[in-house]
Amino acid sequence: MDRRNFLKAVALTGAAVTTIKDADAMSVLTQSFQTTNAAAKYDMVAVLGGEPEAMFRKAIAELGGMKNFISKGDRVCVKPNIGWDKTPELAANTNPKLVTEIIKQCFDAGAREVTVFDHTCDDWRKCYANSGIEAAAKAAGAKVVPAHQESYYKSVSLPKGRSLKEAKIHQAIVDSDKWINVPILKNHGGAQLTISMKNYMGIVWDRGFFHANDLQQCIADVCTYAKRPVLNVVDAYRLMKTSGPRGKSDADVVLSKGLFISQDIVAVDTAAANFFNQAREMPLDKVGHLAKGEQLGVGTMNLDKLNIRRVRI
Amino acid sequence: MLKKIRVTISVLLFSLITLYFLDFSGFLPESFSVLTDIQFIPALLALNIIILIALVALTVIFGRVYCSSICPMGIYQDIVAWFSKKILKKKKRYTYSKAKNVLRWSVLGATIIAFLFGFTFLVGLLDPYGAYGRLVTHVFRPAYLAGNNFLEAIFSSFNNYSFYKVGIYSLGVSSIIIALITLLVIGFLAWKNGRTYCNTICPVGTTLGFLSRFSLFKIQFIDDKCNMCGLCSMKCKASCIDAKNKVIDHNRCVTCFNCIEVCHRDAMKYALIGSKKKKAVETAPAFSYIREDKPKDESKRRFLSATLITSIAAGQLLAQTVTEPLLPKRELKRKTPIAPPGALNFDHFREKCISCHLCVSKCPSHVIKPAFLEYGLGGVMQPKLYFDHGFCNYDCTVCCDVCPTDALVKLSQEEKHHTQMGRVNFIIENCIVYYDETSCGACSEHCPTQAVRMVPYKGALTIPEIEPEICVGCGGCEYVCPAIPYKAIYVEGLTAHNTIEIKQEEVEEVTIDEFGF
Repeated sequence: MDRRNFLKAVALTGAAVTTIKDADAMSVLTQSFQTTNAAAKYDMVAVLGGEPEAMFRKAIAELGGMKNFISKGDRVCVKPNIGWDKTPELAANTNPKLVTEIIKQCFDAGAREVTVFDHTCDDWRKCYANSGIEAAAKAAGAKVVPAHQESYYKSVSLPKGRSLKEAKIHQAIVDSDKWINVPILKNHGGAQLTISMKNYMGIVWDRGFFHANDLQQCIADVCTYAKRPVLNVVDAYRLMKTSGPRGKSDADVVLSKGLFISQDIVAVDTAAANFFNQAREMPLDKVGHLAKGEQLGVGTMNLDKLNIRRVRI
Repeated sequence: MLKKIRVTISVLLFSLITLYFLDFSGFLPESFSVLTDIQFIPALLALNIIILIALVALTVIFGRVYCSSICPMGIYQDIVAWFSKKILKKKKRYTYSKAKNVLRWSVLGATIIAFLFGFTFLVGLLDPYGAYGRLVTHVFRPAYLAGNNFLEAIFSSFNNYSFYKVGIYSLGVSSIIIALITLLVIGFLAWKNGRTYCNTICPVGTTLGFLSRFSLFKIQFIDDKCNMCGLCSMKCKASCIDAKNKVIDHNRCVTCFNCIEVCHRDAMKYALIGSKKKKAVETAPAFSYIREDKPKDESKRRFLSATLITSIAAGQLLAQTVTEPLLPKRELKRKTPIAPPGALNFDHFREKCISCHLCVSKCPSHVIKPAFLEYGLGGVMQPKLYFDHGFCNYDCTVCCDVCPTDALVKLSQEEKHHTQMGRVNFIIENCIVYYDETSCGACSEHCPTQAVRMVPYKGALTIPEIEPEICVGCGGCEYVCPAIPYKAIYVEGLTAHNTIEIKQEEVEEVTIDEFGF
């Protein structure tokens, strides 16, 4: 009996709660599966100076190819930042070219299905359309799913969380075999920076709770969700230096041509934060969720301990 | 033949305008807003001379084609009457009745006087297009959305995302009640007697009726063929054919051609009015459908009109008693309502808006809903912004694009960016950063002009700082502020919208060549 049939059978017995719990249990299983599968030479790859798709191709090759992370028949969810009704040039959303390349590589590695979504801030249809991501993802063969209603989300518990003990996470992630986190590097008025960890706020329903209950702690808490992304790919092709995360104009944007990729979410955000620091001063201690994430064991801020591959194109 | 053409055009226009109101996913192109622009009252208020001349010419040449085929409320009544015929299964008999000229002209006069004194509410209430718009927005649309959500649930369960869920929100009790009463009263009249509304109440019907008296093409009896059977009169939904005297009240005739279609003897024609004098030829009827007037039951009429009036009043009372205790506390602090973009100022807006609620239906962000008494008594049902389910999209100009009366004047995206609909207010005591001393920034995150920006506070914390001068009043901050029970930031409306100046920022050249770690 495959997993989907199993879940359906459970659902048919009418025990909705059991379904959610099983999904959790299953995700823990896939979690251990993911880590053993990733036989990467490096802990992180940083690429400078190329176009988004070229930088990603280089980076994933350095990590031994997408096959190390995606298995044949996987249902994969790619989660970019599509938060705002803005064009790619304004750097409020993940670069659509990068999204396209990741989806293609997932299919090449044998993915059965790729879904793309974000819980947007602006009107979701405008965000999906004007970010260029909906068209790009569909062209690459992915399924673009809505995320603007609570019913698309499923409750999961976060036993390791401090402020956030429970969250409603989008079913595209909960039901996936693997997911890939694809944030864009931006300044953020509240959290100071929004990168991979902050991008988790687009997979949850109730963001208001985060803001009302110690934002930095909640960001770290949600990252303890058992089903970790198999990859965090930070889009720093353009970064938003000021007025983030929405931005006012192109004066907020720096064409920085960078890309960072790692399974360690705290490490990749620390690296990206250091990279950002060159455009505008941003001490790591201001980005509170990094240290809080490290305390929760989500990853490390100590980049010296890691085997980082730096590449220039 | 004529009737078939009339029915085809009517059904087509009616379906399209209804779909245009219902459509939430934008599958109908924006150009379909022309269906609302060609309506009489909108054209009049927007001073759309070309359409007005066209409508007047149409009436003066062909009669009340507007009432017959363009006005959605007119066609709604025909549909109700058609159903009554199908459901009751017995022959539908209309009977000739005398024109209620005093009532008609009083309603028209009262509407005009009310309008001149700045009380647009009455025009909005009685205008058939506006009333139909509300009917769709508040009655049909929720059902349509619910149907969509039902389909979505089925399709999504098969992992198909062709449909997506849409929110169905309450839009204020007063407008829903007024829409329901409109639906029921006009529907009831149509079920019973066809086009009663058009020929007794409707101010557009009275105006066009006055013009159609002089129309070039008219329905006429062909005297030598007519045997005065009275079938035409029985089929006349406007009750305007006096078959006994072979007189048609062209004032009230809505050129539906039912009479021509039904006449067995081809004794009626729709043609240019001839100069031929009427010859009174007495043809003995083989069978007469003409019924003698029944004595009218005045008390029944009084009862019905009393019921109508009390139900309206009861509705209003109900609306008051229901809305007041349910008003969320935070709404009370807003002293001035926020008029939608393009409203210019309250005087302009209150004068021009007939509350058709097309903007309410079309707003993709769900931020427009009818006001109750915020604009005053004359502004009941006129749209205002609210931020319970979203905020006004910075780049969106849909409401001003679709407004048929120019109550919301068209704004380019650039003009909208410079339009200030309201001004931000910050209550620091309610703010999470101040109160909990934890990071937040949700308000600033949503601010398109950074009229709310985060400035250094204690330690690594940042706290909102506002610059109301550059606030557009979109309500992003108010919508998203997570502070409970009272929001820490909100938008106060303006009686006249302002133009704001957006500072051009210098692009600072930054190049990054290093990894930085």
